[in-house]
Amino acid sequence: MNYTLDFTPVIEGMPNLLTACLGTFMLAISGMLLATVIGIGGVVLRTSKIKLLRWLVIGFVELIRNTPFLVQIFFIYFALPLAGIRLDPTPTAIIALGINGGAYAIEIIRGGVQSISKGQMEAGLALGLHKAQVFRLIILKPALRAIFPSLTSQFVLLTLTTSIASAISAYELTSVSQRIESDSFRSFEVYFTVTAFYLVISWLMMRLFAFFSARYFAYPVK
Amino acid sequence: MSDISTTKATADAMISMTGVAKWYGAFQALNDINISVRKGEKIVLCGPSGSGKSTLIRCINHLEAYQQGEIRVGGILLGHQAKSIDAVRREVGMVFQQFNLFPHLTVLQNCMLAPMRALGLGKAEAEGRARQLLERVKIAEQAEKYPAQLSGGQQQRVAIARALCMRPQVMLFDEPTSALDPEMVKEVLDTMIDLAREGMTMICVTHEMGFARQVADRVIFMASGAIVEEAPPAEFFSDPKHERTRKFLGEILGRH
Ligand SMILES: Nc1ncnc2c1ncn2[C@@H]1O[C@H](COP(=O)(O)OP(=O)(O)OP(=O)(O)O)[C@@H](O)[C@H]1O
Ligand SMILES: [Mg+2]
Repeated sequence: MNYTLDFTPVIEGMPNLLTACLGTFMLAISGMLLATVIGIGGVVLRTSKIKLLRWLVIGFVELIRNTPFLVQIFFIYFALPLAGIRLDPTPTAIIALGINGGAYAIEIIRGGVQSISKGQMEAGLALGLHKAQVFRLIILKPALRAIFPSLTSQFVLLTLTTSIASAISAYELTSVSQRIESDSFRSFEVYFTVTAFYLVISWLMMRLFAFFSARYFAYPVK
Repeated sequence: MSDISTTKATADAMISMTGVAKWYGAFQALNDINISVRKGEKIVLCGPSGSGKSTLIRCINHLEAYQQGEIRVGGILLGHQAKSIDAVRREVGMVFQQFNLFPHLTVLQNCMLAPMRALGLGKAEAEGRARQLLERVKIAEQAEKYPAQLSGGQQQRVAIARALCMRPQVMLFDEPTSALDPEMVKEVLDTMIDLAREGMTMICVTHEMGFARQVADRVIFMASGAIVEEAPPAEFFSDPKHERTRKFLGEILGRH
């Protein structure tokens, strides 16, 4: 083995790599927000009185969880224009991440809602609140708290999944590093650095979630 | 079945159940229930496990739907439409065996939530009401704590205050002391006795026979989804008419 390390291209590309990290972060955060909305909305529809809605949610979850993310993102990117919807790579990636993360979030959050005792719903109803109010004001927060660790790992996974958005050249860390690598052929140096960056990004995400959890779920339980 | 006198009795009753029947699937949980409760009257409902006590009182605020008969609360006919259910729930407070306080809200917030969201009260008014009722159940100093920081007895008193914050005309209790450690039973019963003295209309499912003797106007004994016997407490305990009542009383009083 006679390989001399040369980080010069990495150092020269550093400003690019750092802004790409921000791109990754942005994709991840937007994807998570969308996934959370889909997750909570999906749980509501999943418990709807209307059978069709329940089945639509079940179908959606099964479809997304049993197909590869790469295919999903290609589908959205190349199929939507056929339906007259033309989106840039980055919005496409956010939608794909949100949909994918949302399907998993539905199942996770549903578990949380099921873990809340029926008595909570009954107490709310007996106090004259409507079902939707009970869900929003009484059930949701303890339910999210119950599954927050699972949701955190799912969303860290979502953060790492942003790298697949490089397949449609969304602006994020992997696609930028691919460009630096193909210009310099310094594969090891580039991917070594990128690996370290992803580690830091994941770690930051977990800190963010821990911070949020400590504030939002601060109430004591037995 | 409903002659002139019962019709008249139901007319000025706070709660009336006429010929109420309920099924869980093929299983009949309530069978031809007829009860009339006057304003200010206290009823203790007892009977063996599975006899339908919870089901009965849960029909009164439509936590369970009934399939036959008629229920009226404060003159409102409890149908199955949202409108009549809402109207009845505004008049009926309920206290559960498991307290069912909302863990993510402080004691004060637990008491303010429904008055604000269901009655549309302003924050200041809801808070005033909540503090006043927390005072009444002697727990005002815990207002900023969370349910998990309270003892069972304290939690149940908060649950009573929370229900009272809606200014209900009727209070339903479903075994409010059964989940409590023995040393906490008294503080909850005392709160209920106070409430009874103030003239609240109450239906209590309980096996606290001391409470029944002290507070109840009538004791109703249920078995297998039907009302077996109904009498003022003195008579109920000293001279039970039915074999099933005697057997039940033997078991429950023998336990103590
Ligand atoms: N959701 C339900 N589905 C089916 N059966 C039910 C349901 N709830 C209650 N039952 C049945 O109805 C009957 C009456 O139940 P209920 O809870 O009213 O009894 P209870 O008198 O309150 O008993 P306990 O003293 O144990 O609380 C029981 O046989 C019970 O198994
Ligand atoms: Mg019961």
